[in-house]
Parts: sequence; C-alpha cells; structure tokens
Amino acid sequence: MSMISIKNVSKWYGDFQVLTDCTTDVKKGEVVVVCGPSGSGKSTLIKTVNALEPFQKGDIIVDGTSVGDAKTDLPKLRSRVGMVFQHFELFPHLSITENLTIAQERVLGRSKDEAMQKGLHYLDRVGLKAHAHKFPGQLSGGQQQRVAIARALAMDPIAMLFDEPTSALDPEMVNEVLDVMVELAQEGMTMMCVTHEMGFARKVAHRVIFMDRGCIVEDCAKEEFFGNIDARSERARQFLSKILQH
Amino acid sequence: MDFSQIIPAMPGLVDGMLMTLKLLALSVVGGVALGTVLALLRLSSNPLLSGFAKAYVNYFRSIPLLLVITWFYLAVPMLLNWITGSFVSIGAFTSCLVAFMMFEAAYYCEIVRAGIQSISKGQENAAYALGMNYGQAMRLIILPQAFRKMMPLLLQQSIILFQDTSLVYAVGLMDFLNAARSKGDIVGLPHEFLIFAGAVYFVISFGASLSVKRLQKRFAV
Ligand SMILES: Nc1ncnc2c1ncn2[C@@H]1O[C@H](COP(=O)(O)OP(=O)(O)OP(=O)(O)O)[C@@H](O)[C@H]1O
Ligand SMILES: [Mg+2]
Repeated sequence: MSMISIKNVSKWYGDFQVLTDCTTDVKKGEVVVVCGPSGSGKSTLIKTVNALEPFQKGDIIVDGTSVGDAKTDLPKLRSRVGMVFQHFELFPHLSITENLTIAQERVLGRSKDEAMQKGLHYLDRVGLKAHAHKFPGQLSGGQQQRVAIARALAMDPIAMLFDEPTSALDPEMVNEVLDVMVELAQEGMTMMCVTHEMGFARKVAHRVIFMDRGCIVEDCAKEEFFGNIDARSERARQFLSKILQH
Repeated sequence: MDFSQIIPAMPGLVDGMLMTLKLLALSVVGGVALGTVLALLRLSSNPLLSGFAKAYVNYFRSIPLLLVITWFYLAVPMLLNWITGSFVSIGAFTSCLVAFMMFEAAYYCEIVRAGIQSISKGQENAAYALGMNYGQAMRLIILPQAFRKMMPLLLQQSIILFQDTSLVYAVGLMDFLNAARSKGDIVGLPHEFLIFAGAVYFVISFGASLSVKRLQKRFAV
C-alpha cells in the first residue's frame, strides 16, 4: 500500500525551476533516504509532501488525500505527518513538556492528562524523561533533536519526514539521533529522510533516491544503489565518491 | 518661589495623574492590539490587506498627534450626528482615547511587524507541520516569542505616549499637566506648579526608561 505518492511534481520560484517532474512512491513501513548535492531540491521536495511548500504541477497523495487539492484540509493532513527539521525548531518559549503537548491539545483536542502521558512516554523513549521540566535552550543539540522527534511521534503520525536531522549537530551527537531513527525504522514507521548519513541508509533504508538540479536521478533499492555502483549515473557516482571518501 | 501651595492642591493633582495613567493604560492596550492586527495585515500576502495597513501606518505617522486629537473631538461627533441624525456626545475622554489608540497603533504596528519578522521561518514551519492553522501558529508560537523580543521597544514607545497624553489639554481633559496648570492659576503660582509637573514627568519617564534598559540587559543574557 502506498503511503506517500508523488506524481510528476514540478515547482518554480518565479522563472527558476526547483523541482522537475518528480515521481516516487513511499509504501507503508518503507524507509526512503533522499540524498543529493546542496541546492538540488531535497528540502523542497520533502516539504511539498506536507504542503509546507506549494507546487504548481503534478499531485501528491498522502494516505489517500490529495495535497494539491484546494479542498484538502491542510492543517489536518499535516497533523497526521510528522516532520523533523535540520535546526530542531523546538519552541524556545515553551518547556519541553509544553513542546510535547501543545499540538496534541490544541490540534488533536486531547486532554491535558492524555497529552502529558503520551508526551512523557515518547520523551522516555528518546531517553530524556529527566529533562521534562527544562526549556529547549538548556539542552544540547542532540537532545533537542530527540525531543523534536518525540514531539512529532506524540501526534501518532502515519509517516515521518526528516530534513537533514543530523547535519546541524556536532559529530559526537549524531549517533544518539540516528539511533532513535534506526529504532523507529525497525519498528516499521514509514519514513522519508533527507540525509547524507550513508551508514544510516545502508542499515535501515529500503530505497535510496538521488536528486540533482531538481530532478530525481536515481530511485532504486538500497542493495542496488550501494551494491552496483557502476550502474549509477555519473552525477550519483561523483556525489557518492565525495561523501563516502571518509 | 513658593512650592508650599502644592501640598493642599495634592488631591486634585493626584486625580489628574490617575486620569493620565488611565488614558495611558487603555491607549497602550488598545494601541498594541490594533497595532498587532495592522502588523498581521501588513505581513499578509493579500495585496489589498497589506496595502491598507501600509497606507494606514504611513498616514498616521505623517500627521501631528494634536491634529488627530482635535479631529476626533470635533469631527467624529459631527460625523456620528450626520450618520445617525441625532446628537451623540462621545465626550472628551473617549475621543482622546480613540485618537491615541489609532495614532499609536501605527507606531506599535511597525514594532510588532519587526518583531514577527525576527522569528525564523523555521518556527512557523514547525508550527504548521504539527497541524496548527494560521491563527494558532501566530497566537501560540510566533507572537509570544515576538512580544518577548520587542518588549523594550514597546515600553519605550509607551513612555513617549505617557508624555504625549498631555496633549489632551487641547480638548480640556483634566490630565496631570492640565490639573497642575489650572491649580497653579487658581492660587496664582503657575510657575511653581509647572516646574513641579515637569519634575514629576521627568522622574517617571526617566525612571521607567532606566528600568527598561535594565530589563533589556537582563533579557539579553
Ligand atoms: N524561497 C526561495 N526562492 C527562490 N529560490 C529558492 C527558495 N528556496 C529555495 N530556493 C532554491 O531552490 C533550490 C533548492 O533548494 P533546497 O533547499 O530544496 O535544496 P536542498 O537540496 O535541500 O539543499 P541543501 O542540501 O543545501 O539543504 C536551491 O537552488 C535554492 O537556492
Ligand atoms: Mg535542504
């Protein structure tokens, strides 16, 4: 069953075409890694999935709902898709527990108790229950990102989108975040992850998408992507040789 | 110089100060509320709404406050009279209050707009990604952060307004300055009373200004 279905999506900023005829599919329980050079449109593509970025052509179907349809209740659709950002984007004026509960209460209409219980459950899962009463500014980058993941999970999402979740982190904090993501993937969460962490891709991805200049250049099974390098496009091989060097 | 007559005049002066503070408080609350609405309109992607807000701000920032006060005092009752056909008196206090709110809103609008713009797009995206609508994202996420950042500027603007409330003498409202002047005239000591009033304005404004600076420093760290 297809959870996210991107069909011939194109997007322009004025004259500049950011996305060109992008088509791909993420099945339920599938983990898809999106990689590609800077400026190739990875963030833009992933943000079209929950309509943070509008697009002019094509359509995206998320669990049967069309994102491009003007009649779609976008806030409702977004509340069902979790998103984790490069710069965490915890709300700095709210405590960790408030960060975890505010959308559950205001968007999903859950009671204070239920929201708190759920929030603390996921905070515990990412190993940060002891920090519940703190504010985001008091946590390290890696801890903030784990809270951000817990915040998204507390909404009981049908899929999770990650936009370079580890690239703003100090190297020693990358793994604590990746560990949480690996666990999620292994539990069968549907995930679309923009990341250059090829170790993560190798470990849990089912498919790898490579983008260049707004186009999806490669879209194949992980084994094929990493195992049969010679069959990859010139651009993909260049990119891989650069990031796999170290 | 004889300042002794100020003591017996105190009750009247206190009443005047209460009037000034009441006018100030209501004008700040109304002005910030209206200014926030204007800021949201100004940032709207709808050119009609943002154009209206821009015109409003430019207009009120280009005319003297005294003109707005007298205009509201004289013209608005006339306008109401013309519309409703009967004589409606809105009174000096209400007309001054409306004038201050509408005038100050233009200045608060620019402060609030800058405050909203200082909050990163990422925060807005995170709010939307959690399913919040525009109103929730603004009310729960963007504005609380923006107001925290702009508090010093809002307070500075309100200190200026505290001084500007004295312009209500033009329509005969008994604020602190007007009370001091009339008391001074009655006892025949206008200079002493005006010097005293000046000292009071200075102490309050300067003291408030210093506390805002201290607040700013504390929030900065
Ligand atoms: N608001 C905008 N207006 C115009 N161009 C934009 C805008 N946002 C992004 N772009 C351009 O669109 C292209 C794709 O941007 P995007 O952020 O999707 O790239 P990316 O693959 O995520 O890159 P990175 O690895 O640097 O995050 C870039 O060339 C960028 O300059
Ligand atoms: Mg990006």
